[in-house]
Amino acid sequence: MSNLTQPPASAAPQIRLSQVVKDFGSTRIIDHLDLSIPQGQKVALIGPSGSGKSTVLRLIKGLETYQHGSIEVAGAPVPDKHTGWRWPGSKKPPVVHRVGMVFQQFNLFPHLSVLENVTEAPLRVLKLSRDEAQERAREYLGLVGMSHKTAAYPGQLSGGQQQRVAIARALAMRPQVMLFDEVTSALDPELVGEVLAVIRSIAHEQQMTMLLVTHEMKFAQDIADRVLFMEAGKIVADGSARQILLEPENPRTRRFLNLVGQR
Amino acid sequence: MFFDPATVDTAGFIARQLASGALLTLQITLLAQVVVVVMSFVIALMRLSPWRALRWIATVYVEILRGISALVLLFYLFFILPLFGISLSPMTTGVLGLGLTFSAYGSEIVRSALVNVSSGQRDAVKALDFDSLTALRRIILPQALPLMLPPMGNQLVELLKTTSLVSLISLSDLTFSGAQLITTLGQQTLIWSIVLVCYFLMAWPLSWLVRRYERHVTAWRQETSS
Amino acid sequence: MNFDYAFAWSILPELFMGLLVTLQVVVLGFLLAVLVGLVLAIAQRSKRTWLHRLSAGYLSFFRHTPLMVQLYVLFFALPLAGITLPAISTGVIGLGLYYGAYIAEAYRGAIEGVPTGQWEAARALDFDAITTWQRIVLPQALKPMLPILGNYLIGMFKETPLLAVITIPELFQAAKQIAGMSYRYTEPYTVMALMFLAISVPTSLLFKFLERRRHV
Repeated sequence: MSNLTQPPASAAPQIRLSQVVKDFGSTRIIDHLDLSIPQGQKVALIGPSGSGKSTVLRLIKGLETYQHGSIEVAGAPVPDKHTGWRWPGSKKPPVVHRVGMVFQQFNLFPHLSVLENVTEAPLRVLKLSRDEAQERAREYLGLVGMSHKTAAYPGQLSGGQQQRVAIARALAMRPQVMLFDEVTSALDPELVGEVLAVIRSIAHEQQMTMLLVTHEMKFAQDIADRVLFMEAGKIVADGSARQILLEPENPRTRRFLNLVGQR
Repeated sequence: MFFDPATVDTAGFIARQLASGALLTLQITLLAQVVVVVMSFVIALMRLSPWRALRWIATVYVEILRGISALVLLFYLFFILPLFGISLSPMTTGVLGLGLTFSAYGSEIVRSALVNVSSGQRDAVKALDFDSLTALRRIILPQALPLMLPPMGNQLVELLKTTSLVSLISLSDLTFSGAQLITTLGQQTLIWSIVLVCYFLMAWPLSWLVRRYERHVTAWRQETSS
Repeated sequence: MNFDYAFAWSILPELFMGLLVTLQVVVLGFLLAVLVGLVLAIAQRSKRTWLHRLSAGYLSFFRHTPLMVQLYVLFFALPLAGITLPAISTGVIGLGLYYGAYIAEAYRGAIEGVPTGQWEAARALDFDAITTWQRIVLPQALKPMLPILGNYLIGMFKETPLLAVITIPELFQAAKQIAGMSYRYTEPYTVMALMFLAISVPTSLLFKFLERRRHV
């Protein structure tokens, strides 16, 4: 597996997974996975369902437990067991590195307006003032093209609009890493484009590390520096978009891409 | 200290009193439940009948009985009825008062179960040209009964607890026996705590049975729907 | 059987005083029950086994024993522990602890109704526990709970005659006293029953109306 995207020698990897194992009952979901992602890299994760792609993202965010190995983001470890909620006044350190995540099901807060959805975390977690939070929210809502709907409620928006707000909500925390978990899979086909456009603009403008689990191969080709093909909890192929998607050496990769109809 | 004769005697005395009280509690519960079941069906069917007069009577019945509590009804039956010349024994008053009150809620359970099943089966029943009575008997009721039993079971547990009210019209149930013991022995906190535990020991197994049945019924429904 | 309307009219003020005490106890008891219910519901969800077991035990015990006997125990046990409270406070505590156990179950259903995605989104944004509960979960859980809470409020109101057994001067007690002193039973108990109906029936209709309105 050659790697055309060599990180600068001096930079420590932004995300590092070492020999991570995750089991769910008797099924091994992640099988001794090693992964190292330098800062600023845009990585696409592809593979059949059940291969563990979403789980990798969730592990990085700390939403899943794991049984073996270690995970580090920006030098800070991600614990292997659920450490419970942060209680205010607890001895747990405030969040050092920020990892933003956008979900397939958007998960917007239905009882809050669009603006409130985006200001909530900056207000409560970053402890910004109301003015600062709103200013920031408007900035990112503008970026995703939802400035005209700040007073609307999620129930009044289309799927594509909701997902764009979800992206703004995650960006408003100014994360160093952005995770996108099949963010267009739940959308009607005609709405997919607007969300992909937003992600594309982020990828080109912002210097953040991005990990995308996606089925949109052309899109992955467009913005990803690096593509990982996963199967049964392991990384089977790892290279540039050109290598993996256009000239796959690995027969399994070829078979998958054939099935998905992207070759 | 625990085994000196006087304490053992007292313990035995307490146990016997409470046991006879508990027995009466169970009796009242059973008899009242019969009233609940009968009246629940009667009222539910009245509410679903095509005659407006019947529907109206049933609605008034439910609203009034749900608007006052069992205790109010008991006292009414106990003190007011005699003035109309109807003199019921405390036992009958207790059973009737509790039975009627709980039947108001029970009729809702029966009614909603019947409606629930009917709406699903309406097309099938029509397609096969069943008449209403047969449809009720052979199709709707057998499916509605399993739906009704868990909530009715929970009602039964509530009924058991509510029987403690009859102590206020001088029926020698568990609570009354407790009160009697206190007039003899004092020890309010201790005796009331024991009474509390006795109720728990009666109510909890009943509720456990209801939950087991509910799980059994839910499993059956999941199998048939998947 | 004659109904003495003049007498019925004359006892209205006394019964009304009792009604005021009833309402006072119900409102306070309800607020306590809502609080107790929330604490229990959170404890039930806790991953710490002891907390989970303790709250499960509480729920089981309070739901399988009669309120009346619980009130007796509270009334006599509290002074022994050195806590002397007026009867009304004991009544409020008794109602709160009892109904809290039932309301906890209502919370449980409502909290479980909040989609897991909401919890994940909150975690993804690094919200702490209190913010997640306060701003995200509870607001979404409370809406479907309102009709159930309304039912419990009305239920609590109707159970207040029980408080008479621990000498709280509420409506039922007032009626009993009048009956005891005047030897006339019909008027006090009838007026009392009418007062109960006059409050519980419109309140329940109001709740039904509110529920239907929200769905439109």
